[in-house]
Amino acid sequence: MAKELLKGNIAMAEAAIRAGLEGYFGYPITPQTELLEWMSERMPALGRAFLQAESEVAAINMLYGAACTGARVMTSSSSPGISLMMEGLSYIAGTEVPVVIIDVVRGGPGLGNIAPSQGDYNQIVHGGGHGDYHPIVLAPASVQEAIDLVVLAFDLAEKYRTIVFIMADGNIGQMMEPAELPPMRPIKTEYPDWAVRGAMGRERRILSSIYIDPKDEEVTNYRLMQVWNQIQANEIRYREYYLDDAEYVVIGFGTAGRIGLSAVRMARAEGIKVGLLRPITLSPFPVPQIERLIPRIKGILVVEMNAGQMLEDVLNIVKGRVPVEFYGRMGGMVPFPDEILSEIQRMVCEGIPLDGDPRQRWMKRLAPVIHWQN
Amino acid sequence: MDTTLSAQIVYQRPQSLTEATMHYCPGCTHGIAHRLIAEVMDELGIRERTIGVAPVGCSVFAYNYFDCDFVEAAHGRAPAMATGIKRLLPDRVVFTYQGDGDLASIGMGEIVHAAGRGENISVFFINNAIYGMTSGQMAPTTLPGQKTTSSPQGRDVETMGYPLRMAELLSNLDGAGYVVRRSLHDPKNIRMAKKAIRLAFETQLRGLGFSMVELLSTCSTNWGLSPLESLKWLEEHMIPYYPIGDFKVAEPLKELKV
Amino acid sequence: MQTEILIAGFGGQGVLFAGQILAYAAMDAGREVTWIPSYGPEMRGGTANCTVIISDEEIGSPLVLNPTAVIALNLPSLEKYEPMVKPGGVLVVNSSLVNRGPKRQDIESIFIPVNEIAERLGNRRLLNMVAVGALLAKLPVLSLDQIKQALEDHLPERHKKFMEANLLALQEGAEFALKEGTVKVG
Repeated sequence: MAKELLKGNIAMAEAAIRAGLEGYFGYPITPQTELLEWMSERMPALGRAFLQAESEVAAINMLYGAACTGARVMTSSSSPGISLMMEGLSYIAGTEVPVVIIDVVRGGPGLGNIAPSQGDYNQIVHGGGHGDYHPIVLAPASVQEAIDLVVLAFDLAEKYRTIVFIMADGNIGQMMEPAELPPMRPIKTEYPDWAVRGAMGRERRILSSIYIDPKDEEVTNYRLMQVWNQIQANEIRYREYYLDDAEYVVIGFGTAGRIGLSAVRMARAEGIKVGLLRPITLSPFPVPQIERLIPRIKGILVVEMNAGQMLEDVLNIVKGRVPVEFYGRMGGMVPFPDEILSEIQRMVCEGIPLDGDPRQRWMKRLAPVIHWQN
Repeated sequence: MDTTLSAQIVYQRPQSLTEATMHYCPGCTHGIAHRLIAEVMDELGIRERTIGVAPVGCSVFAYNYFDCDFVEAAHGRAPAMATGIKRLLPDRVVFTYQGDGDLASIGMGEIVHAAGRGENISVFFINNAIYGMTSGQMAPTTLPGQKTTSSPQGRDVETMGYPLRMAELLSNLDGAGYVVRRSLHDPKNIRMAKKAIRLAFETQLRGLGFSMVELLSTCSTNWGLSPLESLKWLEEHMIPYYPIGDFKVAEPLKELKV
Repeated sequence: MQTEILIAGFGGQGVLFAGQILAYAAMDAGREVTWIPSYGPEMRGGTANCTVIISDEEIGSPLVLNPTAVIALNLPSLEKYEPMVKPGGVLVVNSSLVNRGPKRQDIESIFIPVNEIAERLGNRRLLNMVAVGALLAKLPVLSLDQIKQALEDHLPERHKKFMEANLLALQEGAEFALKEGTVKVG
C-alpha cells in the first residue's frame, strides 16, 4: 500500500480498525477527539460497535464488558479521562481480559490544558488502579510507529491477556506524516476458551476479578506476575541512534525522544560523541539495554515532557554508577532541540556530579527559563 | 377404584439455577428473585444465550447461582458492562442484577444513560432500602426516619435528602420500554413479579428498549426484624412510599399475554 | 539536509492547508516530512500556525526554534516570527496586512500583497497559494511543478473546480517574488 499523509489520531484509529477492531467505546476529550470521530463514522459503516459513552467511567466499563466477549476492543482518551478510567482498568487487569487503550497525553495536573505532555507516565506505567498489575505501555514517536504499535498492541493484549496502552501525546495525535496503513485484517471468527458469549452446548463461564479468599487472590496475583515476567523477558522494544561510539547518552521517549534525536545530531555536528536511546516499550522498560550502556559511557541525560517520571526508573537502574542529568519541560510545554543541545554541551564541558539530585539541579536551571518566558 | 399414585413432579429446581447453596441470610428475598428469573429463563428457553452481569453488594455472588454465562461488574457499573456485551453480541440476552446502592447511588449515571439510550438490556433492581453487604448503612432508597448504621437517629431528609423512586424516574426516559415496580412480600405479589420479569425479557427479545423490574425486597438481618416481621414491614412501610405499578409499558407489550 | 517552514496567520487564511500542500508535495517527492499545527483554543478564531519539516533523513523534532523559512500572513505573525528565522533564511510577509518593513538584514524578506493578488485573481481565499508560490521562488526545497502535481493529486474533489485558480495563484506569487518582492531593511 502506498504512503498517505496521515494525522496521528486518525492513523491510530484506522490502524485499529484494520487490526480487526470489533468494538470502540469512548468519550470526547481534546486532543484525541478526532480519533473518536473517525470511529463514529467508520465502525457503524463496517457493521461494528461504536458507542459514545456518557463518561470515561462508563466507557471503560463498556470496554470491560465487551472485552469479556473475547472480541478485539479499544477505547481512547486523554489524561483526565484516563484518570477516570483507573477503576475499570484495575478490574480489567484482575479479570485478565485483553484491551487496548490509547492515551493522547495532555498537560496537567487537574484540568491543565490540551497541549502535549508526558505527565501520564506514572499513572500508566506504574499503576493507576489499585492492586498489583502491569500493563504493557507502547510509546510511538511518529505516525508510522503509532500505526505499527496499535496493530502490535492488539496482538500483545491477546497473547498475554493484558492491558496494552499506547502512550502518545498531543504532538503525535495532531501531527501529519507520510505513513502506510496495514491491510484490513478480517474480524476473527474463533474466540478464546474463556470468552463469555452464552453457554451454548457447553459449561457456563464466569469472568470476574473477585477472589474472596485471599489465598485464591494470591494465586491470581502470582500468575499475573508470572505473565509480567514473560512480558519483561520477551517484549522490550527500543530504538538506538548513534550509540556505537557514544560517550554520552540521551534517553527520551515519544516526542521527547524525537526532539532528543535532533539535539543529538546537532551535538554530533559539533563533534560531541552522544547518542540516543528511545524506549518504545515504557513497560516493560529497556532495563538490560541501559545496563549494557553503563560501563562504557560518561553520562546520561534523561529528557521528558514532565517533571522527571521516567527519570526515577533510570536512576533505579543506574544506581549511581554513572552521572545522570535531567531536563524536562512541564505542563504542556514542549522543549526545542536547542534546549537539549545546551544541556548536552553543558554536560560535556562542565561534567556532572555523581552525587546529588538531578531533579534539584534541573529546577535551578529551569527557574530563569520560566521567569524569562513570563 | 384405583388407589395407585404415579409420581408426579410438581416443583423442582429450574434448569437455569445451579445446585450451589445460596449464601443469603434467612428471610432474605434474593433467593426468590433469583428463582423467578431462572424460571423465566427456562420458560423462554434462553439459558444458553443469556449473559448475566452481577453487581457489588449482597448479590455479588449471583453468578454462582445462575447456570448461564456471567460477568462480575464494578460497583454500579453493571449497565455499562452489559452495554459493552450487548453491543458486541446483539442476539444474546443480557441482564443485570443490581441492588439499591449499586443502581441508585454509585451507578446512577450508568443506569440513567443505559435507559436513556434504550439499551436493549433487562435490569432487575432489588430495592430493600438499606445496604446489606456492608451491614446496614443508609441507601438512596432508605425511607424518611428509617434507622440505619449511618443514620442512627433515622434518615433526616433535611440533611440526608429524600429517597429516590427509581422506577418512576427511569420511566420518564424515552428509551425505556418497560419499567415497573413489584414486591416480593407475599405469594400474590411474587406471581405478579414473575410476570413482570417475563415481560422484561420479552421487551429485550422484541428489541423494545430498556427494561427494568424494581423488586421491593427485605433485609431481615439489617432491618433487625424477623423474616415474618420483615415482610410485614415491607408491606406497611415501603409500599406506601414505593407504590407497586406499571410506569412504562411499550405499546406492543400491552397485547402480550404471559 | 533539512528545511523547516513555519506558516502563520489568522484562522481562515488557509495557513494549515498551505502547509499540507507542501507536505503532500514533499511526500510525493519521496522526502521525509512532518506537518504539525498549533492546536488549542486559539484554533477557534485568532492566530493559527503550522510547521512543515522536509528532510532526507528521519525527522527528529517536529518543531524548531529557528525555521529556515517563515510565511507571516498578518502583523502579529510577523512580529512573533521574524526574529526566529534562521540566518540566511527566507521570510515571506503579507504586505496587504502589515504596515512596516523588514527589520532583519541577515535573511531574505519578501513583501507581497497576497490579498490584493488573490482578489485580482477573483478569489481572496487563494492568498495562501500566492504566498506559497512566493516562498518557493526563493526557497528551492520543492518546485512549483511538484506543488501543482500535489494539488492535482490531493485537492479534495469538491475543491477541484478551483484547480486552475490555485495554479495561477502559485505562478503569480512566484513571479511577484522574483521581480519585485525582495525588500531591504531601511
